[in-house]
Amino acid sequence: MSSPVRSIDLRGEPARLRRELRMKRLFLAAAVVSIAISIAIVASLAGNALRFFTDVDKASLLDVGWFPRRSRFDLLTPIAGTLVMAAIAMLVATPLGLGAAIYLSEYARPRVRRLLKPVIEILAGIPSVVVGFFALLWIGPNIVVELLNSPKPATILTASIGVGILVTPLVASVSEDALRAVPQSLREASYGLGAKKSTTVRTVVVPAAVSGIMASLILGLSRAIGETMVTFMAAGAVGGALRTWNPLDSGTTLTAAIASVATGSDQVAGEALAFDGVFALGITLFFITLVLNWVSDRFVRRVREKY
Amino acid sequence: MAARTGAVDTAAIVRQSIEGRRFSPGGAAFEAGLLLMLLVSLGVLVTLLADVITGALPVFRDRGIDFVTSGISLDSSTAGVWTGLLGSVGISVIVAIVAFPLGLGAAVYLEEYAPDTSVTRFIQTNIRNLAGVPSIVYGLLGLAVFVRLVDLIGLGGSDSVGGRNLVAAGITLAVLVLPIVIITASEALRAVPDTIREAGLGVGATRWEVVRHHVLPSAAPGVLTGTVLALARAFGETAPLLVIGVATGFFSAGSAGVFERLTGSYTALPVVVLSWSRQADPVFKENLAPAAILVLLVVLFAANTAAVILRNKYDRKW
Repeated sequence: MSSPVRSIDLRGEPARLRRELRMKRLFLAAAVVSIAISIAIVASLAGNALRFFTDVDKASLLDVGWFPRRSRFDLLTPIAGTLVMAAIAMLVATPLGLGAAIYLSEYARPRVRRLLKPVIEILAGIPSVVVGFFALLWIGPNIVVELLNSPKPATILTASIGVGILVTPLVASVSEDALRAVPQSLREASYGLGAKKSTTVRTVVVPAAVSGIMASLILGLSRAIGETMVTFMAAGAVGGALRTWNPLDSGTTLTAAIASVATGSDQVAGEALAFDGVFALGITLFFITLVLNWVSDRFVRRVREKY
Repeated sequence: MAARTGAVDTAAIVRQSIEGRRFSPGGAAFEAGLLLMLLVSLGVLVTLLADVITGALPVFRDRGIDFVTSGISLDSSTAGVWTGLLGSVGISVIVAIVAFPLGLGAAVYLEEYAPDTSVTRFIQTNIRNLAGVPSIVYGLLGLAVFVRLVDLIGLGGSDSVGGRNLVAAGITLAVLVLPIVIITASEALRAVPDTIREAGLGVGATRWEVVRHHVLPSAAPGVLTGTVLALARAFGETAPLLVIGVATGFFSAGSAGVFERLTGSYTALPVVVLSWSRQADPVFKENLAPAAILVLLVVLFAANTAAVILRNKYDRKW
């Protein structure tokens, strides 16, 4: 006759339980690393940026332009460049991305869609340095100079078109997912009332997917603002730029300004104030994209709750 | 009803809709406009590829595989991508070694162990935010932390290198792709149905035993696909490398051993593309840079294809 089972017998061998605890702690440690990275990012950016703002001659913060090696630190120059560049990039990416998404989701035959969706995703995977090369050596001479009669190929506009091309597949891919998440019953109800296809798409499907579409646009904007290589290669700034709102001037952005200080003939570490200055740009960039990603996240959640 | 001026003649509209006039010019124009947007997007891709291939063709026609196996050089007739390719492969290996276990571990904790508390949700939100941080910010993190750290632990190489080497680059890019690895691995783990876990726990297995023997094997294709895509992302990344001091010009690698290569000056394939596009010599700009881009795109395309095949072959539907 066996003795009755006590609860202590069900706990298992101590060695097994110890291993269980050890593995759990190991996994927890891996998860905590992501928090440590965030703290390290904020700390390193804020620390150096703070030193920059205490050391810098305050008058040079509103100087004529951003020339870190000549101690001119007009923060408005890269910020203005970023705003102009992002606005034009979104003017390119919004119609292209949304148009492609609506066509693929609502009009394309299933076979065409299955063929083209991966192609859009390939376009999304093209490294930004390749798009930068394309902007510098193709868009510049062929579009900006030939078509728009600009005297020089490397301008903010050149880079903006390149960045627009870069974020188009992202906008297309995310908003296509949002459009396809709209239940078929909504479309059928609209057809049932006698609406045409185009009426259904414009007045039923797109409004139903609007939060996902907005999220794709904000995500695209965030990506455009954070994009480095295209503006660094194609916007025409060497070492610095004058403050300008004209897209046909050469200029710089927050990201490109960081990259050009870093690749200057003397290494970043050489010049203390310029070194700290890039962190001031970095923290500005970090918070802009953080806010945009947060807003985009809210929109995505709204679309999830809906259906 | 008919007496009201401007009233809608419902009966006529219904009759017309039923009987015919299927074609609507407005609707067709709308569809044509959308199609045009799609075609322009694809046209850009075609133009880009055509531009790259026509530039690269003479290089591969004249030099063939020699272009891939030649190292860095100031002479446009002998310069090749080998140094850059080696650097990129080295970085990718370090990225895989660092990011894969960390990313998978974090995903396993979040999906399998973590209670649904505000702390867990904070970690998840934080990971999503990290995925959206611009890559150049990771470069600044690498410059402020990892370059110094690598130098501090004695892997910094010579004084002139001072930690600006392959090890620091690998760690920086590993941190850059870590959120992607965590997010894709989490998705793969979430796709494994709970019945598998409950069956394991029901026969007395511990949480780790269930994960080790049942959840991970089932989620492996998804996890590996995500990791391959993350590595591809790291392979094409340029901006953070510029900040942490990748060599953009000529440097002598010589016949250094593995350790010297890891701790010495380095370059990477996308950085080679950048520096050649900015050369004054038109051969560099118009032929060698496209040729290097072609090598880069072929590597990335192969990685993506491998990921898709992996997913299609081993992924199972529950």
